[in-house]
Amino acid sequence: MLARGEKPVFDLSKPTVRLTRRQFVAATILGLTLPPTLRHPAEASPEDAAAAMKAILGDAPLRVGKVTLDIPPIAENGNSVPLTVSVDSPMTLAEHVRSIHIFSEENPLPNVAHFTLSPRAGKAQVTTRIRLFKSQKIVAVAALSDGSFWSGSAEVVITLAACIEE
Amino acid sequence: MAKALIRVPAEAKKGEVLEIKTLISHPMETGQRRDEMGRPIPRDIINRFVCTYNGEEVFRADLFPAIAANPFLAFFTVATESGELVFRWTDDHGNTQTETARITVV
Amino acid sequence: MSGPRRFSLLAAPFLPLLLAVAVSGQHADPPTGIRPEDTRSGYHFQSRETQAMQDDDLANPGFLWVLKGEDLWRKAAGAAGKSCASCHQDAATSMKGVAARYPAFDARAGRVINLEQRINQCRVDHQQASPFLFESEDLLALTVYVAHQSRGMPMQVTTDGPARPFFTAGRNFFLTRQGQLNLACKQCHEDQWGKQLRGDRISQGHGNAYPIYRLEWQTVGSLHRRLRSCSIGVRAEPYPYGAQEYVNLELFLAWRARGLPIETPGVRR
Repeated sequence: MLARGEKPVFDLSKPTVRLTRRQFVAATILGLTLPPTLRHPAEASPEDAAAAMKAILGDAPLRVGKVTLDIPPIAENGNSVPLTVSVDSPMTLAEHVRSIHIFSEENPLPNVAHFTLSPRAGKAQVTTRIRLFKSQKIVAVAALSDGSFWSGSAEVVITLAACIEE
Repeated sequence: MAKALIRVPAEAKKGEVLEIKTLISHPMETGQRRDEMGRPIPRDIINRFVCTYNGEEVFRADLFPAIAANPFLAFFTVATESGELVFRWTDDHGNTQTETARITVV
Repeated sequence: MSGPRRFSLLAAPFLPLLLAVAVSGQHADPPTGIRPEDTRSGYHFQSRETQAMQDDDLANPGFLWVLKGEDLWRKAAGAAGKSCASCHQDAATSMKGVAARYPAFDARAGRVINLEQRINQCRVDHQQASPFLFESEDLLALTVYVAHQSRGMPMQVTTDGPARPFFTAGRNFFLTRQGQLNLACKQCHEDQWGKQLRGDRISQGHGNAYPIYRLEWQTVGSLHRRLRSCSIGVRAEPYPYGAQEYVNLELFLAWRARGLPIETPGVRR
C-alpha cells in the first residue's frame, strides 16, 4: 500500500501504538479508494480466463449454447454464491457430456472448478457454491463426447454489506 | 477427520436419476489473504472430490480456491445396481477423507 | 381528522398500558417499535438463495457444527471424567426448550447469563474442566448443538424477578446512541427495518437463529461476535466476548424476539 521510503501515517517505532479512531478511519478510507491494481496485484482479467479456457479447448472452436448457469444476478455475499450449471444432453453412451469447466473473469485466479462426468450421470448438472471477488462474468464450458465444446455465461453483481465489520 | 454430510437415497428404482448432495467442513484457504502482521496465509484447500459407485468413478471435481468454504457439491447419477457409493475428498497436503453410503436398487 | 378526536385515538393503545401500571403497581413491559404481528426473523431479510441454504440441512454448513457438537456432547472431559451425556443423556430430550429460555438469571452466577456461559458453568462445576474460550470451535459447536435441540420452539425468556435490572440495562443499551456514527440499535432495527442499506435489507435485529453460519465470516459465530460487528459498524469500541453489556442486550433482544421460532443453526449473509 505504501511506496518505498514513504512514511506511514502512524509511527510504528513508538513503543505503544494507539491508533485514534480518526486515524483508523482515515487509513481504511485510503485503502478503499486506492485503485484495485495497487490493492490486488494478483487480480486476474478476462484475458487470464481466456487463457485458462484455451488450455481446455486447444484449437477447437467454442460454440455458445446448451450450457445454462443458474446463479443469482445479485449476490448477497461474494464469499458464497450458489451456482448450478446444467448442460442440455441426453446423457447416453453415444451422446453425453464429458466435463464441465467453470471460469471467472475477475477473480485473482481464473479457474473455479472442473467437473468430470460419466454417461452414468443421467443428468449433466452440478451445483456448488463459489467465491466471487467482485462483480463479473462467470463462464462455463462443456466438453461433449463428440469432441465439441459449448459455453454459457452469466453476469453477477456483488454488493457491499450494510455495515463494514472487523 | 473433517465433518461431512452426504445425502443419498437409501432406496431407488433401477434407472432412476438420483441427485446426490455432499457437504464437508473445510476453510478452503485461498492463498490470497494476509494475517494481522501482513504475512500471506498460504493456500490450503480441498482440491479433488471423487465419487465411485461399486468401484466405478461416476463423478469427479477438481476444485480451486474459488470454491466457497465448507464445499458443497451436488451431482447426479443413475441408480444402476445395489451397492456402495464411496466419496473421497483430497486436500493440498494429500490427506484424504472417505465417506460411504449404501444404496438398494430395486 | 379533527384535532381532539385524533389525539384520543392516538392515546387509545397506550391506555391499557397506563392502566396496567397504575392498577398493578408493577412494571409493564416497555413497548418496542415493532408490533407483534410485524415481528419477523432475520431469515426474512436474506436473499432467496441464503434462505434456501438454511432450509436444507444438507446445504446448511451450520449443520457441520451440529455434528461437531454431538461428538463433544459425548466426549468425557475434565477431572470428573464425565461427558455432557453422562448427566444429560440424550440431548434431544434433556436440552429441548433450554435455548428458548436463555439468557436467564442464574442463582449460582448471581446474574443473567447466556447459553455459552451456562455451558461453561456446567463444564467447570460438574466436569471439573477448564471453561471453553469464547468463540472457540468447541464452545460454538456445543452451543449450536444445544440450541439446535430447541429448533422450531418459540423464544420465551423471563424478564421479571431477578432478571429485571439486567433486562432494563439491555433495553437502555438498545436505545442509547453509540459510536462515532452516534446511532442507537433502535434507529436501524426498529425505525428502518425492511429498508435497503447498500446491498442489505435491514433486519429487526433478532437473535433467534444463533449461533449462525455467516457468509461474511465463512464460518459459524456467536451472537456476541455479531454484536461486536454491530459496535464496529457504528464505529464504537466493541465490548469483549461475554461482556455483561452484551448479555444484558441479548436478554432484551430475546424478549423482543418472543414467539419467534429458534432456527439454530441459521444461515445469514
